[in-house]
Amino acid sequence: METPVNINDFTPVAKDLKMAQSIARPSTTYWQDAMRRLKKNPLAMIGLFVIIFMVLTAIIGPFLCKYNYSDQDYTNRLASPSKEHWFGTDFLGRDLFVRVLYGARISLAIGFFASLINLTIGVLYGSISGYFGGRVDNIMMRIVDVIYTVPLTMVVILLMVLFQPGLKNILIALGLVYWIGMARIVRGQVLALKEQEYVLAARMVGAKKWRIMLKHLIPNSMGPIIVNVTLNIPQAIFQEAFLSFIGLGVAAPMASWGVLADEGSQAIQSYPHLLFFPAAAICITMLAFNFLGDGLRDALDPRMRR
Amino acid sequence: MARYLLRRFISMILAIWVVATLTFFIMKALPGGPFAREKAIPPSILANIEASYHLNDPLLKQYADYMVRLVKWDLGPSFKQKGRTVNEIISDHFPVSAQLGLSAVFLSLIVGIPAGIISALRQNKWQDQLAMFLSVVGVSVPSFVMAALLMYVFALKLGWLPSAMWGQFKHMILPTIALAGFPMAFVARLTRSSMLEVMQQDYIRTAKSKGLSQRVIIYRHALKNSLIPVITYLGPLVAGILTGSFVVEKMFAIPGLGRYFVQSINNRDYTVIMGITFFDSLLLVGLNFLVDLAYTLVDPRIRLMDGRK
Repeated sequence: METPVNINDFTPVAKDLKMAQSIARPSTTYWQDAMRRLKKNPLAMIGLFVIIFMVLTAIIGPFLCKYNYSDQDYTNRLASPSKEHWFGTDFLGRDLFVRVLYGARISLAIGFFASLINLTIGVLYGSISGYFGGRVDNIMMRIVDVIYTVPLTMVVILLMVLFQPGLKNILIALGLVYWIGMARIVRGQVLALKEQEYVLAARMVGAKKWRIMLKHLIPNSMGPIIVNVTLNIPQAIFQEAFLSFIGLGVAAPMASWGVLADEGSQAIQSYPHLLFFPAAAICITMLAFNFLGDGLRDALDPRMRR
Repeated sequence: MARYLLRRFISMILAIWVVATLTFFIMKALPGGPFAREKAIPPSILANIEASYHLNDPLLKQYADYMVRLVKWDLGPSFKQKGRTVNEIISDHFPVSAQLGLSAVFLSLIVGIPAGIISALRQNKWQDQLAMFLSVVGVSVPSFVMAALLMYVFALKLGWLPSAMWGQFKHMILPTIALAGFPMAFVARLTRSSMLEVMQQDYIRTAKSKGLSQRVIIYRHALKNSLIPVITYLGPLVAGILTGSFVVEKMFAIPGLGRYFVQSINNRDYTVIMGITFFDSLLLVGLNFLVDLAYTLVDPRIRLMDGRK
């Protein structure tokens, strides 16, 4: 039943047809691809712009205002929002708008730096554990299991009771405690990546373990790491607000959003504006980070493509 | 499965030990110690106090004594309230917190799971978009903001519900909603994503091709498996509600353990802080272990893990 193949049925492909086979578009890298997908997500982009706006106002804003965060105006205490005081004044006559701006500095700084500490510890721990594998991995992961079982919020509270409230101490407490999730993610990534051919190739040309880890494994795990950081920042802001609220926050006269909200909640009956503005600031920031985090996860994780 | 549970059990014991050790050494490291007062205590009295609390023993012996007392469930006296022990404080105030916490867990599951299922089945329709928008808002609003908003609208403006006190059902409504807000939103998101994943599985396609009705497919085949992630979230959920109760009980002036804890932080009643911390940690770690147990029973893939290894 074999049909004989007649060579004359075939004609050489013309040159211009060959060109048609070539790739029409320049190839996009992983990051370009992710950015393209992120740009298509309006909520994530709004989140990104809100965050940039918040950071800029937190940095520049206080210089442009005529009040200072500690200036007291006793004749004008507990004033409602007006042209003079956009967000009103608090029980010492301090301008609430300026205090929320300074609060943004503190809250955002806590969010970013606590996540940075988490990132450093988590990435180092996770990549060492994943790369070396075997007994090292086993012991390191048992330790993580135990820490994961410990109720971390309680540990943060204990640490804050010990350290005494303050900006630096909150950073240390949050940074030291919440790196577990990051360590697990990075370990998982490294475990999968270290079997890839390019790692073998790097080993073959004699690259050292540290070089492989820092130059190949960690950069290639960047997607999940970034998503985790984006979702860690609002967590840290949340935690700080929570700690402030139970009396372990930043010391006066500086105030984070959590401290401001705590002060405001005590006078909610008569002066709701004292709670409203710091609470709104917290919620908007959280929303922005959550939208951006979700968007980034969809954009960076190819498995989520639907 | 036995090996997995044993491993979990060992980390549970270790975790409790870590917390106990932390509380002990933090107590020791606190500046001034619990007896520090503005007014200097006469040295002879100080010596008496130290002798009666065995503060002169070697540190290791104090540590061992402390551990023995914890095992015997003796959390020591309050340093600020005369004649009250931490044990009494816990047994007086914990039932209130437990009642509030359980109703919040219940509420978050009974609203969160159906919301998640509906939005998964109506993926990208308006029901889905509404539910997911609300859930992002839900996870972005801290519990104290939620509590304040509810209090402002329903207690102060509308006057429908009381803004404080405890004892009747109407006192429970606002605090429960405030406490359940975050976990409710999270459960909805979790249920949605796992439902979407399960609905793409082969056995669902098989069920569809057998001609089963949508109802049967969802309730008999898809739902059970899509609730597994929700079970694993029960541990963090309880932890979140417990820490949330510190805030909500403070705001609504509920006489629970959470408000007491915040008070003792504010007046630096260190033994009470450590005692409640230890109690809460024990509670959470124990509950987490139970969740793990439930999880292994529900999910056969975990049960078979040892065989595969």
